[in-house]
Amino acid sequence: MKELKILSPCGILGYGYPRNSFENGLKRKPDLIAVDAGSTDAGPHKLGAGVGIVSRQATKKDLEPMLIAGYEMQIPVIIGSAGGAGAKPHVEWTMDIIKEIVSDKGLNFKTAVIYADVDKSHVREKIAKNEIKPLGPAPELTKEALDQTNNIVGQMGHEPIVMALENGAQLIVAGRAYDPSVFAAYPIYKGFDSGLAYHLGKILECGALCAEPGTTKDCIMGYLRDDHFLVEPLNEKRKCYTTSVAAHTLYEKDHPYHLLGPGFELDLSGCTFEQFKEGIVKVSGSKYLKSERYTIKLEGAAQIAYRTLVIAGIRDPIMISNIEEIKGEVIEQVSDYFYEIPNDQYKILFHLYGKNGVMGPLEPETEVSHELGIVIEVVAVTQELANTICAAVRSTLMHFPYKGRKATAGNLAFLYSPSDIPFGPVYKFTIYHLDFVADPCELFSTKFVDL
Amino acid sequence: MSKTVSLYDLAKVLRSKNAGPFELTLDVIFESKESYFLVKNSGVITKELICKLYNVKEEDVFHLVFFDQALAFKVTMKRHVDSGSVGDTDVYGAQQHAPLMKISIPVKE
Repeated sequence: MKELKILSPCGILGYGYPRNSFENGLKRKPDLIAVDAGSTDAGPHKLGAGVGIVSRQATKKDLEPMLIAGYEMQIPVIIGSAGGAGAKPHVEWTMDIIKEIVSDKGLNFKTAVIYADVDKSHVREKIAKNEIKPLGPAPELTKEALDQTNNIVGQMGHEPIVMALENGAQLIVAGRAYDPSVFAAYPIYKGFDSGLAYHLGKILECGALCAEPGTTKDCIMGYLRDDHFLVEPLNEKRKCYTTSVAAHTLYEKDHPYHLLGPGFELDLSGCTFEQFKEGIVKVSGSKYLKSERYTIKLEGAAQIAYRTLVIAGIRDPIMISNIEEIKGEVIEQVSDYFYEIPNDQYKILFHLYGKNGVMGPLEPETEVSHELGIVIEVVAVTQELANTICAAVRSTLMHFPYKGRKATAGNLAFLYSPSDIPFGPVYKFTIYHLDFVADPCELFSTKFVDL
Repeated sequence: MSKTVSLYDLAKVLRSKNAGPFELTLDVIFESKESYFLVKNSGVITKELICKLYNVKEEDVFHLVFFDQALAFKVTMKRHVDSGSVGDTDVYGAQQHAPLMKISIPVKE
């Protein structure tokens, strides 16, 4: 029986994993160590600003045992969506950490670095040829939005990674990649079924989130075989159940059994999930259906404003009962005061925790809490303007003489001194589009380095 | 009189999350076939119900799909503000599931 064992240390590189679980994984003699380092989940900031959401220290701590094990066992190590969003600054940041470890520990690897950055000129050409389309409800891409965009990446499939493996890469640091591709590339290269490889990849990419209790901060092992795969947690505290593995199959996808990836659709409608042994789940029947036209998902983020915010609490019941009216009047008073500043230069938002703060217009409950947490948020074209408007909103709200007020000394319980927090730039996803390509590798460039 | 049981009591997993920055997806997963098919066959879970609960338009609910093998159903809708953009209040979309908990499923006595 053919078998390929994949060790996934954690859900996001830098989230951390217990040493014992990793050791348990190594005892099972994995053929591959792979980890996903990114996501769009944390919003557009990472991609736009070229930064990550994990610390350098944690990333180094997670990478070190992986690289040592890969070197000692002579098995490939593959990192996808390096640095959080997989653009060039993220890849370089990751490479810098890897170089440090390799030199400290006396390791060496034939390393492939696969960049996923996409030029604006390429996107412009594709718009002109009508070979780019918004994904789902994403808005059409205008020329202005494209000009404004800071970084653009394409989500690679397994193909550029397979190409690096064919050229002898032992360590692969990939920019933005479809999360499961990072796990599926090596088995596909080794001739395993693409449907099973991708489905297993989809489950492994979040670490032990498919186990119970689920977490992204622990290791998980996949055993890919001819006509099925097994998933096994590596921490005795966790077990995989058919429901937990099936649940993970649906995770963060728009459809439960038609999963779209680069160049294919994963059809899971005929899948079965069985309890293979205590804690281990067997999955079969996952099908890889090649798309008629190969598409790469592009992601782009643009800086659109600057933000300043205030965090405070409101406990006065009279004020709470009048809060909607107060909000409107404060905005009016501040914009009257700054009549010389056009209204499109800034925006004032109030987030009321205890009154639809989490769900906003989606909230069906009408009950209001006895105390409200308030975040005053001002976004503006410059940081200076955001600070200016926010200070005015804060002082106006603090002393606003609302109807029926008895507490005339102040309306807000500020959490901090100073109360106003300059936040910095605010980003937005401007590109979430499918790019029709002739060759799965055409957007990605690979550089080989000997470390 | 017929009795009802809440979706909260029947489900093992009841969650929300982004499906990309422009969509929100709700997953409800059951441990037993009995609970799953009780909910599926009740006919209570409809786009109409989701629209009422979440105050959204039917054209913004893209999928409502039952997946028998996983004993789960999924609802995917348009985000009213894209993830992390100005005005968004839940960047990961991870706290939008609570209204589902109170859905009442009729049970035979």
